[in-house]
Parts: sequence; C-alpha cells; structure tokens
Amino acid sequence: MGYRVEVDFDLCESNAICMQIAPEVFEVRDDDFLYILAEEPGGDLRAQVEESVQRCPKQAISIAEG
Amino acid sequence: MRTAETLRKEGFDGNIHLVGDEPHLPYDRPPLSKQILSGDWDLERVALTDPAKDDELSLEWHLGDKATQLSVEEKIVSLDSGTDLSFDGLVIATGARCISLRMAGDLEGIYTLRGLDDALAIRSELEATPQKVVVVGAGFIGAEVAATARQRGLEVTMIEAAEVPFERVLGPEMGTVTADVHRDHGVEVITGVAVESFKGNRRVEKVILEDGTEIEADLVIVGIGVKPNTEWLEGSGLTLDNGVLCDDSCEAAPAIVAAGDVARWPNRLFNENMRVEHWDNAVEQGVFVARRLLAGKSNTESYSPTPWFWTDQFDRKIQLAGRTRSTDEIRIVTGSIEERRFATAYGREGKLVGILGFNRPRHVMQYKQMIADGTSWEDAIAHAEQQAS
Repeated sequence: MGYRVEVDFDLCESNAICMQIAPEVFEVRDDDFLYILAEEPGGDLRAQVEESVQRCPKQAISIAEG
Repeated sequence: MRTAETLRKEGFDGNIHLVGDEPHLPYDRPPLSKQILSGDWDLERVALTDPAKDDELSLEWHLGDKATQLSVEEKIVSLDSGTDLSFDGLVIATGARCISLRMAGDLEGIYTLRGLDDALAIRSELEATPQKVVVVGAGFIGAEVAATARQRGLEVTMIEAAEVPFERVLGPEMGTVTADVHRDHGVEVITGVAVESFKGNRRVEKVILEDGTEIEADLVIVGIGVKPNTEWLEGSGLTLDNGVLCDDSCEAAPAIVAAGDVARWPNRLFNENMRVEHWDNAVEQGVFVARRLLAGKSNTESYSPTPWFWTDQFDRKIQLAGRTRSTDEIRIVTGSIEERRFATAYGREGKLVGILGFNRPRHVMQYKQMIADGTSWEDAIAHAEQQAS
C-alpha cells in the first residue's frame, strides 16, 4: 500500500535527525530548511520513514496512508 | 511508553503494565524548559498518548504509584500501594531526578525543573513577573530556563561554580562561546563561584555566594544536574553504580533490561560505560530494549549509539553529537564563532568523537554519521578541508 510523507513545517526545527535516518527522503540544506526529496518513497524506505517519525524531536513528521 | 509501543508493534500480545510515580500520563519533556515555560504551548501538546492510542495499545496503568522493590529471583515488582506485579520481562526506566541544594531549606520561590508540575509552577511564577530571576547552574536546562525567562523580559542572573559554563562537556573555548550568547542577550553570567546560602523571610530574597556577593532574587531555579532513581533497587541484587549497570545489550539480569536516564551500559563505539540523559537516547534505547526483551537469549546485538541532543538558547539551536570531553582536540569545520553559526569537531585518541553545531544541523548530522562509522580524526579533518576548498 502506498503512503505519503507529511511534515508540519510549523513544528519542524530542522534538527536533521530524519536526514541521518532516511537520507533518500529528507534533506536539510545549507539554508537550514528541510526539504522532502520523496513524498511517496515507497515500501523499501517505510521502516526508515517510520523511524524518522518516531525520532523527530518535534514530532513534526507523519505518514498518510493511501 | 516507547518500549510499550514497540512491544505491540513487534507483535507482543501479553499484558503490559506501566508504573509511574507521577499522576500524569506520559508526556514529552524537552518542551518543559522551552515552550511550556514560555507559555507558547498548551499542556495537550506534550502528551505522548491519548485515549484512542491507549485503547489500541491496551496498556494497564499504575499512575501515582511507585515501584518500591524488585525481586529478581521471583520476578516480582512491589508497588507503594501494596500491589505486587509479577513479570516475564521487566524494563527499568525510572529516570533521574534533580539534585537539590540542601541549603535551600524551606524557602519559597526556589525550584528545580524536571517534571510537568515543576514547569507549571515555574511558569506561573514567571507570569507573576518577578523582579529578579536567578538560575543556579549553567547546565543546558539551567541555560534554557535563563533564556526563556530573559525572553519574557525579566532580569536574569545565571551562576555557575565552574570557571567556564559547559566546560566539562564542551571545553573552555566552546563553553565560553555558549556563555557569550547569553551575555549578548543581557543575561548576567557569574562563573567560578558557588552558592553559599539563600536568605529570605519565608520567601527567597537573596542568593549569597561563597565570595560574599549578595544577589537579589525573588525567583530561583536550581539546575545542577540529576541523579538516577535507583534507590528502589537497593538489595535487589542488580549492580548499581550511578545507574543500573547493564551489559552491552542493556540487560541488567536475565529478562530485566534498563533504558533511559537510569541505565548505564558499555557503549562499544566509545569504549566507555555511559549513562545518557538525552531525549533521543530515551527513545532509541526504549525501542532497543523492547526488541531485546522479545528476542530473549538469541539477541547478542550490542547497543552502540552516538548520543545526540539539542538545546535551544535564544535564537541559537545548539546540537551536540558524540561523547566530548574538555581535553579533546577541537577544530572548527565550518562557519565562524563571530557569526555564531559554526560546527566544531572534537577528536580524541586519533578518532572523531564529537561534533558541536550552532545553527548547523546539516553538518552535525554528517559528522554524527562519521562518528558512528568510526572515522579517524585525520580523515575527519581531511573531509572538512576538502569541503572548505
């Protein structure tokens, strides 16, 4: 089943934890902002995205199923 | 909470009991010294669970009750209320509590900050607009409280017994930069002198330093560190040594694991018995020990994370990854101290062991990965030079 990565940018503080866990999905660039590289990264990256959701210090990442 | 979630996710369908001495359901602590104290956030935003999630996980709560005794042999935890809980697996996650200053006595207006109730009490004190706030101890919590109070427009003095704040962790040079951020924002930072006593009639009025200096104060927050909550385990047969001593897989005894601020274990990556007081470790270790319990004896994987934490001080996001000491070699790998936006690498015994970032999350994460990979100090410096060119 497909899923979508969502980030609440009002909460995100660019701690970049997600970037370390799932570099194919998240990138914090030199401007200090987080960019989502793959909004629908697919099943192979699901475990990494789930870990990012859990480890985000601001709880800013969520997964929308569908 | 993280452990319970993981146990369910991994398919454990037995009973899970959660015991906590606070009356509250689990909540997230980092915002307590930041958004909760500043008044920016409501309480609901720190909750780690809600009724729906609770139902789904099917947990049995023992709140406002505390574990008072453990029998390793019989596999029983006794609670203050008289309840005995028998278990097949036990996770010790009793955390740590603030060290308080004995000379504070019964004076009102002196607080430590650890739990939700502490944060709410301090917040209502701050809302009453005290004239003069004194923070004792320039650790990261103390510094966050000082920054939050200052940002509310209050007059703030921070007192640190060491010559340089944060010196033990960041080293003298980087510790000074951190203290300077506070000075830039109008916090008075006094270092190299300890607190002798407090004066006041019912409520605190003055803080007396060892050199005789008297500082006016109508609100004092003490942040001089924490100690692990292990008293209830005395006589249990577990080894207690500034925490519950575990093996490298976080097991303290068969079917008994420990996680979070209370656990001490040998981290193979740094060849050091460590106890980590950071949010990120509590999450990661909580997940790890759940899997460890379910795997039983078959799991021989060791827990070797690179510790990481962040702290918000005024408009600076300070992040530190690794295990730094004041005697480490340091090198600024990007940015400059003047612009207060930089990253500093820490090296020891030929290895990259830490990275400190001031508003440099991207670099911190790159170097954190290099630490986890066991990168040599030489290679780390070469990497920095290559990036700079």
